[in-house]
Amino acid sequence: MLPAAAQWLHIDWMLLIALGWLAVGIAGALALHRLALVARWLFPAGGLLGLALFGVSLSALLATPETALLPVGLPGLPFHLRLDALSAYFLMVLGGASAGISAFAAGYFRKGEGTPPGLLCLEYHVFLASMLGVILADDAYSFMVMWETMALASFFLVTANHRIPEVRSAGYLYLTMARIGAIAILLCFGVLQANTGDYSFANMRAQALSPFWASAGFGLALLGFGAKAGVLPLHVWLPEAHPAAPSPVSALMSGVMLNTAIYGLLRVTLDLLSAPLWWWGGVLLAVGLATALFGVVFAAVQTDMKRLLAYSSIENMGLLFVGMGLTLIFAAYAMKPMAALALTATLYHVASHACFKSLLFLGTGSVLHATGERNLGKLGGLIRCMPWVAWLTLLGVLASAGLPPLGGFVSEWLLLQSFLFAPGLPVPLLTMLIPVVAALIALVSALAGYTMVKFFGVIFLGQPREDKLSEAHDAGHWERAGMLWLVLACLALGLLPSQFIQLIDPVTQQLVRAGLGAQVAAQGWLLAPVSLDQASYGPIIFLLGILACFALAFVLVRRLYHGRLRRAIPWACGFPWGTARMQDSAEGFGQPIRQIFEPFFLMRRELPSPFDSQPHYRVQVDDHFWRWLYLPLAELAATLARLIGRLQQGRIAVYLLYSFLTLIATLVVVAR
Amino acid sequence: MSFSGLLSQLLEILLAVALAPLLSGWVSQCRAWLQGRRAPSLLQPYYLLHKLFNKESVLAEHASPLFRSAPYIKFGCMTLACAIIPTLSTDLPLAPAADAIALVGLFALARVFISLAAMDVGTAFGSMGARREMLIGFLAEPALLMVLFSASLISKSTSLTTIVETLGHRELAIYPGLAFAGVAFTMVSLAENARVPVDNPATHLELTMIHEALILEYSGRHLALLEWAASLKLFAYSCIGLALFFPWGVAEAQAPLAMLLALPVLVGKLAVGGALMAALETLSAKMRIFRVPEFLATAFLLAVIGMLVHLLLAR
Repeated sequence: MLPAAAQWLHIDWMLLIALGWLAVGIAGALALHRLALVARWLFPAGGLLGLALFGVSLSALLATPETALLPVGLPGLPFHLRLDALSAYFLMVLGGASAGISAFAAGYFRKGEGTPPGLLCLEYHVFLASMLGVILADDAYSFMVMWETMALASFFLVTANHRIPEVRSAGYLYLTMARIGAIAILLCFGVLQANTGDYSFANMRAQALSPFWASAGFGLALLGFGAKAGVLPLHVWLPEAHPAAPSPVSALMSGVMLNTAIYGLLRVTLDLLSAPLWWWGGVLLAVGLATALFGVVFAAVQTDMKRLLAYSSIENMGLLFVGMGLTLIFAAYAMKPMAALALTATLYHVASHACFKSLLFLGTGSVLHATGERNLGKLGGLIRCMPWVAWLTLLGVLASAGLPPLGGFVSEWLLLQSFLFAPGLPVPLLTMLIPVVAALIALVSALAGYTMVKFFGVIFLGQPREDKLSEAHDAGHWERAGMLWLVLACLALGLLPSQFIQLIDPVTQQLVRAGLGAQVAAQGWLLAPVSLDQASYGPIIFLLGILACFALAFVLVRRLYHGRLRRAIPWACGFPWGTARMQDSAEGFGQPIRQIFEPFFLMRRELPSPFDSQPHYRVQVDDHFWRWLYLPLAELAATLARLIGRLQQGRIAVYLLYSFLTLIATLVVVAR
Repeated sequence: MSFSGLLSQLLEILLAVALAPLLSGWVSQCRAWLQGRRAPSLLQPYYLLHKLFNKESVLAEHASPLFRSAPYIKFGCMTLACAIIPTLSTDLPLAPAADAIALVGLFALARVFISLAAMDVGTAFGSMGARREMLIGFLAEPALLMVLFSASLISKSTSLTTIVETLGHRELAIYPGLAFAGVAFTMVSLAENARVPVDNPATHLELTMIHEALILEYSGRHLALLEWAASLKLFAYSCIGLALFFPWGVAEAQAPLAMLLALPVLVGKLAVGGALMAALETLSAKMRIFRVPEFLATAFLLAVIGMLVHLLLAR
């Protein structure tokens, strides 16, 4: 018997939401080709469930931890579920972002080649429900089941357009990396349970591992969750798989799924492993920095808009790893307030990255629909025919570039604060490294600005580079609604940091036993994480200040002078033969980066000679990791497979010999 | 928020907006003298602004609202920047809204908007200007941040007013870290204000211009606002330099009357600073655009070294 609704715990509601998502998905599978039903009813229903999840987890964030036992799966192995502050926070991000993405998806999916809409709806909602499951899981068994479901569902979503060979190979690469990651996570849980045979997280928490085994667990977790987050050198699947998927799915993968890796790593390092060692933080810091710099430099030279965003996701994952690394270092030295500051910065960035990256991917989806182009070199001038998409995307671009007064800036600000005020760490090397790290972070965020100007400027500004672009249509109502919801989230994150940090407070209290909530609440609208003398930031005053100057300048200019305006052809230094092709292309805009950061790229260039009758210029930018790591590994795997293949002789006598030898070997071992 | 605080805040904004063109005029006057030319009037920038405001604004046919609003946004950002840098007094009600990091963010916001606006019309020069501006920006921005961090480490605060108060009270202390930061800051401010080794504010040679290429399509009141904003930026940078390296003479909350003294001190410091900038510009030659990253990378490294030196000596 179910208890009355009034006595339901948050976790019950969440299970109901997961069931709802599954029901929506199954309904989609039953109505395989009925696009109208799937688009107009099922995706909005999924969006409403996302909104409900957002609300429930918001309330769960402030409640005490709840547990539940789900008698599914193998006999004697029920799913342990637990809802604490950490999982409530990530569920809130999942619910909030997926609400907007589902609304957008309602207007996005059309009839076309590839997977039918009903099946996409099933995969999409199974994907959502499995992410919810991953975050709720409280034992290794259910975690792995959910984790694998998540990987498989997203694999099928990535290969929605499976008739295109590139999409198939991207899916294959994604699946391979997901496999490697999952094996590492499984081994990690194996280490963490310390031979007790009890795979519940409660048991893992109780184990006091020796530094060696704890470090082994950490290394495996880093490998497993790092493969999902796409940190160096496990990043190669991300720029292939994210662009291959349909845009709402790219948004879900980049904005939400990558967060499950961050969640997993936080869960393992700060919750399951009781005492972190300082060098774990150092490793995370180094990996994160390398990833962030690599991601942003590659993003700046991309010519495909979705690949550009995928590389930008790699950069943001790098920044999150830096934040986690710093948290671990501070936590290892029991500097609780500083650990809380760094953790708050990390969690804040999780939320703002989820919002702006989903928003940007949705924007590219609308552009893709309207123009059929992903190549930046064939876009341009869309702000005039797609004003809604352009202006909504602009806010995402500003947030992604880490500009005040939007969400991306707050997390960057908090992160830099935690670097600056790291009071004397016991290891001198770390103290010396911290300014260098802060400098690199500043460089990365400035480069992110460069990338985002390129992204927005080439797609939406200037003159259309192709004739067909002038017929592009603006996004429909559902797409606008989805994007608007995410824009509102970006604005709220940017303008109300104090309020949002108070929401993060229970999470930091749980993980590092300190929080910024009380300190921040005392200052009201100003954000002052340590003290007002030390650092403060008031985004609302900031925005009002700019707007007031804007308005005052506008009114005064009109009052004192005039408002005369004339439209004419562009001046362009009096050069009348300019065409749209003479604007900077995506390659042109990225050229300075290609020149300055040349060692980062594996470049092949074909330059025209002065005597060519048909000169052509070709440049291909590749990743060193492919050439020096992945191709040799693939070759090694192929060679090993060939060697093992020699065992396969195709003659029954040889196979009998194998069995005989195995039997003897077994007997020798057993008899001893 | 006290009455004197409000007063000093208002006074500071008005002073910045009113005096900024004068500082630009002074720098170009000094430049002309040093180069052996007859100098234009000190008030020339005001005449220029008046002339431009009176002209009608000619807009490219397909310019979007982004293009029209960018000058106002840049003007707003620069005014706010001048409002939060303590020049006359450290008793500023607006200052807690933005610390040193937010100040750098404010400059970045203006830069991104003006670069986007330059790409909006879709001419070859506009996008070239945007690309070069962002190129300079992504190197100068972290360098400026590192300079500010060097000062923050000394005062244990990123709040600009606290930095000025702390540094202003330690007349006799010598900070080697700040010396590195000072060199770096000089290089960054030359680059950020489109000054000679990096850009030339007086040039209209198409292939070398950066700032002028950005604002090529603007005319009339929009151009006037951008010119004004450029001089406000120069004013803001000069004030950051004064606040970090010569913070003496700034009035504090306890002594509102000191503001009477602070004004002539500020004008004197700005006059000397402007003359030095003109001298630097005259003594150096314009660089090729791809030497600029080296120049700015040097500034960036110097600033980081400044921080390291401070940490080494503080131990």
